[in-house]
Amino acid sequence: MRHIISLLLENEPGALSRVVGLFSQRNYNIESLTVAPTEDRTLSRLTITTIGDDRKIEQITKHLNKLIDVVKLVDLTEGSHIERELMLVKVKATGAQRAEIKRTTDIFRGQIVDVTSTVYSIQLTGASDKLDSFLDAIGNSSVLEVARTGVTGISRGDKVLSL
Amino acid sequence: MELLSGGEMLIRALHDEGVELLFGYPGGAALHIYDAIFNQDKVEHILVRHEQAATHAADGYARATGKPGVVLVTSGPGATNAITGIATAFMDSIPMVVISGQVDSSLIGSDAFQETDMVGISRPIVKHSFMVQNAEDIPVIVKKAFYIATTGRPGPVVIDVPKDVTDPARKFEYRYPETVKMRSYSVPAKGHTGQIKKAVEILLSAKRPVIYAGGGVIQGNASELLTQLARMLGYPVTNTLMGLGAFPAPDTQFLGMLGMHGTYEANMAMHFSDVVLGIGVRFDDRVTNAVSKFCPGAKILHVDIDPASISKTVAADVPIVGSVTSVLEEMLELIKQSETQVDKKSIDMWWQQIEGWRAKDCLKVVSADNDVIKPQQVVQAVYKATKGEAYVSSDVGQHQMFAAQYYHFNKPRRWINSGGLGTMGFGFPAAFGVQLAFPDAISVCITGEGSIQMCIQELATCLQYGLPVKIVCLNNQSLGMVRQWQDMQYGGRYSHSTYAESLPDFVKLVEAYGHVGIRITKLSELDQKMEEAFALKNRLVFVDVSVDPSEHVYPMAIKGGSMKDMYLSKTERT
Ligand SMILES: Cc1ncc(C[n+]2csc(CCOP(=O)(O)OP(=O)(O)O)c2C)c(N)n1
Ligand SMILES: [Mg+2]
Repeated sequence: MRHIISLLLENEPGALSRVVGLFSQRNYNIESLTVAPTEDRTLSRLTITTIGDDRKIEQITKHLNKLIDVVKLVDLTEGSHIERELMLVKVKATGAQRAEIKRTTDIFRGQIVDVTSTVYSIQLTGASDKLDSFLDAIGNSSVLEVARTGVTGISRGDKVLSL
Repeated sequence: MELLSGGEMLIRALHDEGVELLFGYPGGAALHIYDAIFNQDKVEHILVRHEQAATHAADGYARATGKPGVVLVTSGPGATNAITGIATAFMDSIPMVVISGQVDSSLIGSDAFQETDMVGISRPIVKHSFMVQNAEDIPVIVKKAFYIATTGRPGPVVIDVPKDVTDPARKFEYRYPETVKMRSYSVPAKGHTGQIKKAVEILLSAKRPVIYAGGGVIQGNASELLTQLARMLGYPVTNTLMGLGAFPAPDTQFLGMLGMHGTYEANMAMHFSDVVLGIGVRFDDRVTNAVSKFCPGAKILHVDIDPASISKTVAADVPIVGSVTSVLEEMLELIKQSETQVDKKSIDMWWQQIEGWRAKDCLKVVSADNDVIKPQQVVQAVYKATKGEAYVSSDVGQHQMFAAQYYHFNKPRRWINSGGLGTMGFGFPAAFGVQLAFPDAISVCITGEGSIQMCIQELATCLQYGLPVKIVCLNNQSLGMVRQWQDMQYGGRYSHSTYAESLPDFVKLVEAYGHVGIRITKLSELDQKMEEAFALKNRLVFVDVSVDPSEHVYPMAIKGGSMKDMYLSKTERT
């Protein structure tokens, strides 16, 4: 099962490497990782997507919690949650393709953020599978470059991850 | 307020933390710190001959006293030499603080002379690490380091100190914090009462219970409570390799060590049990054998301070996260109050069954012909000569298992051994670390001629500080444990496990270092010469005992089987 684990981390040198190191050291895999400081500059928020059975995920969260720099942690996939990923994609856009790509972008509620005579740069946010579908719809042969941020997320409702 | 340099603050903070001893080896990046050591007399520094030995000595000191071991090394090779000892302490959850010198802050990342990324290299084998950025932070960092190293599940902590931070010309106000609070680190204290109640109920209604206790009981200073619990219930107890001494070995309730080289009765009892109470253990692969076949009929009650140890390899039916002391205290109280009584009849029948297994006498030693000494007999002779009262450290190999099997540890913290990492070279430095902690005690290292050569240079350290450690070498002229596996699994092809022609004359060697050497080659002289060795109370004595090189350690778990699957001798298996 795919899990999204969000955690608050001391914003200190080496803290991120402890988290990443834990995954390689214990043979856990990281599908994606996002990290940035929070409104409290002493804390970073990290979101990791990983895949494993319940037993493995339990071990991952326990070991993450054991890291001294990890302040708080939540497995977002345990409850209902919102997940988003941002993608910037450059596609070939010439001739009749230009209109077609514009239409597809609108359907996916993306935005064309840069234009040349032959290329569109498109920005799209959504759950990861929506971004996948967009790339499928555009077709491999038109895609020139893809930059994705990896998943970040937040739980629905009143629950918050804070100190 | 006092003004101190970074180097002075470091040493002063150690003193304020209660540190009496420090094991180390100097070098460029640590020289300001060494100068600060020179100018004080509160913290004693022991100069080793190799940084690996500094970590093992600090580790031995920590295991025997329960206090954190402290190490000081220089950057680069000094730091990397310490790595094996840090990993050894990490695997066995030993409290340790390692201070490593580092190149000047301005040079970090430039491949400077003797620069190595110590925080990076040690990251997977420390509980935590610090890189000091400002000298003013030193007191708080030292406080945090000791707090982290010694609380919860203990472990080593590294403090990497760039040289400029310790500059004697720059002085700062020094104040050592009395307490420390970290929002990201909390120590689990008491176990969940509901869970403990559940465990006690299952425990009291057990028909074939086993108490399986490990190093956590020793680390948590809970041996007394464990013994009370076991006596109150009348249940059989087994200890892991790390837990030896947690329960008094001479006690009739003790089944011996369990696991790969555990006793027949301990392993059989585990396999056929209906309730296993695991306390301060981690269901290590050297204990469980094939996890899928582990204790098929047992409910597992698991008490440990580290949540990540619980249900890691074997799923617990009743997990209890908490300090072993608090959980055992609560269990004892609940048992006293409980209306359920121990099922006396079933327990009697269980003991009958266990006595049947015990009658097999799996550790019986049969003397060889021709006055040849069996390695087991050497451990028995050490036990006799020390009246069971010694601190016994060991290295890794057959001699280690013989020591574990034949020295009957009566008290916790007497058995000093690298169980998790299995580090050859650990035993001798650990033994002198113990000797420094307890100058009047007997500290003996039971070793092999292979292992002892991994830290033999420490003979010089022992001369310098007058440490009368006893080294008993079970000399089988081979890497015996490797050879045993080659006998059993590789058709007796001794690939690089023998070196009889090139062994040093250990007696001459230790004499060259200024110590006493005694050679024993005949069974008929074993006891007497061993007595003589231990009678030399103020000297380091190296006892080189020629033992039967063909001997194997038994019982031995059969790979891929359950705990009841064991070889009992070269010709017999369960
Ligand atoms: C540093 C290190 N290297 C290799 C090993 C693998 N190893 C385990 S036991 C052993 C043989 C030890 O020989 P010796 O010290 O003579 O003990 P014996 O088994 O002969 O009693 C070896 C090489 C180890 N445990 N540690
Ligand atoms: Mg040997």
